Amino acid sequence: MTIPTHSRRKSKYDPRSVPEGERLATSAMIASLDSEGRETVSAPFGHALVDLAKTREDIVGLSADLSKYTDLHVFAKAHPDRFYQMGMAEAVLMSAAAGLAREGFTPFATTYAVFASRRAYDFIAMAIAEENLPVKICCALPGLTTGYGPSHQATEDLAIMRGMPNLTVIDPCDAVEIDQATRVIAETPGPVYMRLLRGQVPDVLGRYGYRFQLGKAQTIRDGSDVLFISSGFMTMRVLDAAEALARDGVSCAVLHSPTIKPLDAETIAAEARKGGRLVVTAENHSVTGGLGEAVAGALMRAGVHVPFHQIALPDEYLDAGALPTLHEQYGLSVDSITARVKTWLEG
Amino acid sequence: MGEVQGQGYIGQALGVADALATAYFHAMTYRADDPEWEGRDRFYLSIGHYAIALYAALIEAGVLPEDEIPTYGMDDSRMPMSGMAAYTPGMEITGGSLGHGLGIAVGAALGLKRKNNPAFVYNLLSDGELGEGSTWEAVMSAVQWKLDNLIAIVDFNNQQADGPTRDALAVGAEAPKWAAFGWYAQEVDGNDLDALVAAFDNARNHAEAKPRVIICNTKMCKGVPFLEARESNHFIRVEADEWAKALAVLDEGKPL
Repeated sequence: MTIPTHSRRKSKYDPRSVPEGERLATSAMIASLDSEGRETVSAPFGHALVDLAKTREDIVGLSADLSKYTDLHVFAKAHPDRFYQMGMAEAVLMSAAAGLAREGFTPFATTYAVFASRRAYDFIAMAIAEENLPVKICCALPGLTTGYGPSHQATEDLAIMRGMPNLTVIDPCDAVEIDQATRVIAETPGPVYMRLLRGQVPDVLGRYGYRFQLGKAQTIRDGSDVLFISSGFMTMRVLDAAEALARDGVSCAVLHSPTIKPLDAETIAAEARKGGRLVVTAENHSVTGGLGEAVAGALMRAGVHVPFHQIALPDEYLDAGALPTLHEQYGLSVDSITARVKTWLEG
Repeated sequence: MGEVQGQGYIGQALGVADALATAYFHAMTYRADDPEWEGRDRFYLSIGHYAIALYAALIEAGVLPEDEIPTYGMDDSRMPMSGMAAYTPGMEITGGSLGHGLGIAVGAALGLKRKNNPAFVYNLLSDGELGEGSTWEAVMSAVQWKLDNLIAIVDFNNQQADGPTRDALAVGAEAPKWAAFGWYAQEVDGNDLDALVAAFDNARNHAEAKPRVIICNTKMCKGVPFLEARESNHFIRVEADEWAKALAVLDEGKPL
């Protein structure tokens, strides 16, 4: 019997390719986005939950050994009797949250996005979503927000979670939105999957007077040449790209769509229908099955036919490395967005 | 009900009937006319496949009306082939994807404690579910949280889809294994009513702050010798002419 040799992913590592002093180091295990030069807010999710718990006796928090890395430790410290440490066990994290919800509580279950989406899917689907229980699954490290490689990079979580009936899926942009969305989902019946930025989280939308509305896409900035439709921290990147492009005479609108499911297809179609604009989706997620493909499907169903491009991560397991390097390499940086939009406009 | 479909998890239902009878007619507190009553003991069937057995118990208990029996597994029935919480009064959770029940029971037991509600959570799971890693996450969590209001009942019939459970993954020494994890564990003949009654009483009255498990060694198709003798009885077909025969044998064994 001959066993074939499988072709495996080859390392791209070449120690001589970059001069010693120019190589960036992988930052702390949990890379943050506080190097943007913006004001930041510490642990907006944790503080919002503590605030909510003052009046909501039904709110409890659960973590699978990652409370410090999902900002739930703030809640755990303020309300130790309402915090459940479930250990390194994502199945029972989700199942127990379902059991607590069955008994009338509103559980916030936290872990990393990779573990909730890849490992605990069946438990969320059958114990929580099928019964439409009000479990709020709040997950750190969405998309490419750590240099720790594919084990920690949830590049396909939106695609996975969009497939689950009853589940609301949210990809908030910044500290302002995380604070507001946490309060809104606590009031919303049914299960929610929300991506989290943790630690020192930039304040981006504060100066736009933005208010999160569940299921609504909102125009943050208007423009006539390009319509960016974005979610998550990519809204902050396209806002910066829009500033850069404006200096070159390109006028860009930014439509922020934090609710991935149910998608605000009506607003998205209406904005795209205005015409004369290149439509560009931007997301911190694989090109497969995330915001971009959701928008494309919505536009096709609405009969809107416009020039369309996706800014997203490639459909592959990403490299490990320093976050700024990876964002540049995979096209999430402001410079790479700006350059590609120019190419597409010239196209 | 099995006659309506002609086939199904009839062997398991017969095997676990004694444990269900003990749960519903000896151990548990509930109100037949108010299945959502806050003070009830919760019964979580993680083996949704065994729904036919629980429907029988719920009908006998008066939670479900007897005249719905002919609808079993049919369109628009409140009794689907696999147990679904949204369909059936008294069916607390949607089972069927195995390895879920005990974890949900952990959360419910935590919730009851938060509310100072003295009710118990019972979870009937199968020996096959002991192969699911999630079951053991729940086993450990229940000990961590000292859930003395949680009673697991394992139907150990040594039969799963591909053959004997002991040939698959969950290998032997069940009670010592659970005890080693920190549970108060009992192993009984799951078709011996006196033994079951004693085990359920022990489970409820045990003094230590730990979760409780009753491993019930049961016999597939118990009570119907010609079905018990069948070699493959995971999902059995009973021919039309055999039902009356089976019922007659079961009625014979019925205590007066």
